[in-house]
Amino acid sequence: MSVFLDHASTTALRPSAKKALTEALDLLGNPSSVHSQGRSTRELLEASRDTVAKAVGANRSEIIFNSGGTEGNNHAIKGIYWSQNQTGAKKTVIISSETEHHAVIDPVQWLAKNQGAEVHFVKHFANGMVDFESLKALISKHGPSVALITLMWVNNETGVITDIPRVVQMASEFQIPVHTDAVAALGHIPIDFQASGLTAMSLSGHKVGAPIGIGALVVARSAKPISLVHGGGQERALRSGTMNYPLAASFAAAATDATAELKEEMNRLTVLRDEVEARVTQLVPSAIVTASGADRAGYNAHFIFPGTQSDALLFLLDQEGVCVSAGSACQAGVLGPSHVAIGMGFDQAQASACVRVTLGFTTTADDTAAFIRALAKIHPIALQAAPA
Amino acid sequence: MSGGVDSAVAAARAVDAGHEVIGVHLALSRMPGTLRTGSRGCCTIEDSMDAQRAANKLGIPYYVWDFSERFKLDVVDDFVAEYQAGRTPNPCMRCNERIKFAALLERGLSLGFDAVCTGHYASIYNDEQGNLELHRSLAMAKDQSYVLGVLNAEQLAHSMFPLGATASKDLIRKEAAERGLTVANKPDSYDICFIPEGDTREWLRDFIPTEPGKIVDTEGNQLGEHDGHVGFTIGQRKGLKIGTPAKDGKPRYVLEIRPKTKEVVVGPESALQISDLFGARYTWCGKAPEKPEAYFECDVQVRAHGDTVPALAAIVDGAMHVELVEPLYGVAAGQTAVVYLGTRVLGQMTIDSTRSKVPASA
Repeated sequence: MSVFLDHASTTALRPSAKKALTEALDLLGNPSSVHSQGRSTRELLEASRDTVAKAVGANRSEIIFNSGGTEGNNHAIKGIYWSQNQTGAKKTVIISSETEHHAVIDPVQWLAKNQGAEVHFVKHFANGMVDFESLKALISKHGPSVALITLMWVNNETGVITDIPRVVQMASEFQIPVHTDAVAALGHIPIDFQASGLTAMSLSGHKVGAPIGIGALVVARSAKPISLVHGGGQERALRSGTMNYPLAASFAAAATDATAELKEEMNRLTVLRDEVEARVTQLVPSAIVTASGADRAGYNAHFIFPGTQSDALLFLLDQEGVCVSAGSACQAGVLGPSHVAIGMGFDQAQASACVRVTLGFTTTADDTAAFIRALAKIHPIALQAAPA
Repeated sequence: MSGGVDSAVAAARAVDAGHEVIGVHLALSRMPGTLRTGSRGCCTIEDSMDAQRAANKLGIPYYVWDFSERFKLDVVDDFVAEYQAGRTPNPCMRCNERIKFAALLERGLSLGFDAVCTGHYASIYNDEQGNLELHRSLAMAKDQSYVLGVLNAEQLAHSMFPLGATASKDLIRKEAAERGLTVANKPDSYDICFIPEGDTREWLRDFIPTEPGKIVDTEGNQLGEHDGHVGFTIGQRKGLKIGTPAKDGKPRYVLEIRPKTKEVVVGPESALQISDLFGARYTWCGKAPEKPEAYFECDVQVRAHGDTVPALAAIVDGAMHVELVEPLYGVAAGQTAVVYLGTRVLGQMTIDSTRSKVPASA
């Protein structure tokens, strides 16, 4: 069995989530049906909604179950943009960042290409943190024309945290709705949706130990993004389709565990993560910890190994039985340079030499030690490897 | 592993032979298509997934390595430049020469591997002294030794072609089906992989500006005008739009393209009967002949799926000269001539110039 240090891509199924799922699979009944069996699955769905709401500080009516982060991001970004412009208002500006996940960047760019949106990106400091002066300047300049601001709460590659309540506060001057992709934040930093003042927030189940295919878009009661999916009017008429109570129950169980253990678990993982970074920089003095000194979640170590290529490093680590990742791979499997590293100001060569090590609830000190051993063995080979 | 049946079976056979094998799919485009179209057999996401399924079936690790930048520089740009210079290149040979058995091989060796194994139809044998020789495959209809003619002894030493001793592609497909490989019945690919529609000249128009020029006879008399030399191919007869007929009343054919003067030279069919080939860019595939300056008997092939003709060849003044015993029709500069001794590939040259059997002006 190989060592899995890629928990930001997906993490292990929690026993509680597995139990909730398998128990729910034995039930029969469409939650929209009026008969007794429909009522019983509906009850499970709504109890799950309560649980997820509680885990993220939201009202139960604000939890819109869906398939996961990408759907939530698309729904929030397009839906808010459309609703902002449906009365003929010319709110065409979207403020975002070049370090967002593709599930944010691509819908934003789709709106720019197909619907005339004007996109402006905030600046980042070298450690990945948002330069709030640049955000302030963009809001001052475009205020009344801004349809929405979308900035991720925790960066999925570097773990860098953005002060979302501060973003919302700055946006409030012009009543600009703010959406956040909180997929990498859930279970890793405390989240209080209502206290944040956010309009919408995307969550994904499989990043906290539920199966892939369930998530939620948290939508403030006051907001009504246009729906991407029309049909039976389920989920506040924001996401039609027969409601997936088994996966919702599983997500609720995972979210509960992840948030209950958050403080203790993050302390544990931060110690491990800091140790990984210390040992890596000791082993490879030229290695760069990209988010060094930034506010960041504790499960995420992001490195640049100058003079190497990510795909050679990943290949060699894989051969040693260690699973880590780099930037996002395209559908064909090609590892491109990390757009997050580029957005932080690193050059193409540096952005093509990234390795991301992410820890999860199953990670032990043996796992991180195995990574260090493998790195010690393969780094000299990666330095010699002919480029692709 | 391209995602086709040949490389999948080659990988399977390498695994069976006891080698430690990994499947590598070459990403040759930064903007891969989603689904395969037309006769393209690789480079789409669908092909990459097909390759991955095959690797999983064989129980070998699978990786995608990005050679798109190298491919653009070494193969696509070279292809365009050759056409621009009035020559007719073979991009598959360039890819073998510079990507598959160069950049990929180099990367593999540096990562601790010994050889590149591909699904090409060709064979590598040892001669009596232990020198490696490249030979035609047993499946003559599929033989790909021509496009491997650019390999040198060092490259041969790190190459494996497990399909060479199989008598036909049908047998490979049958074996793939027996092995449970989903690509067993995948259609063959024919065209140039980076030209999805298969229309080379149409594709080239996006890269090479069309510059009008003159259509002239071999004595330099203007017979007409054209709107860009890239639209012409050696041996072309139709579409020349020459008003006045030739003195002998016979049709005229494109004999030569002169990019510098933007001239397209036309003349009688007899002038397309090529008797001599010359090329300064030649290589030996494996062990070189002992006395290459002395003319030796051989066979020559100038197209990937063309016939071979008997010839005499020698190195004269630093260039290869091939004297064809039987003329070849319409050979263009830029094509590769591969020299065979029986089934063995002896070497190859990129043709710089040709000589007609019957001088056009005669």
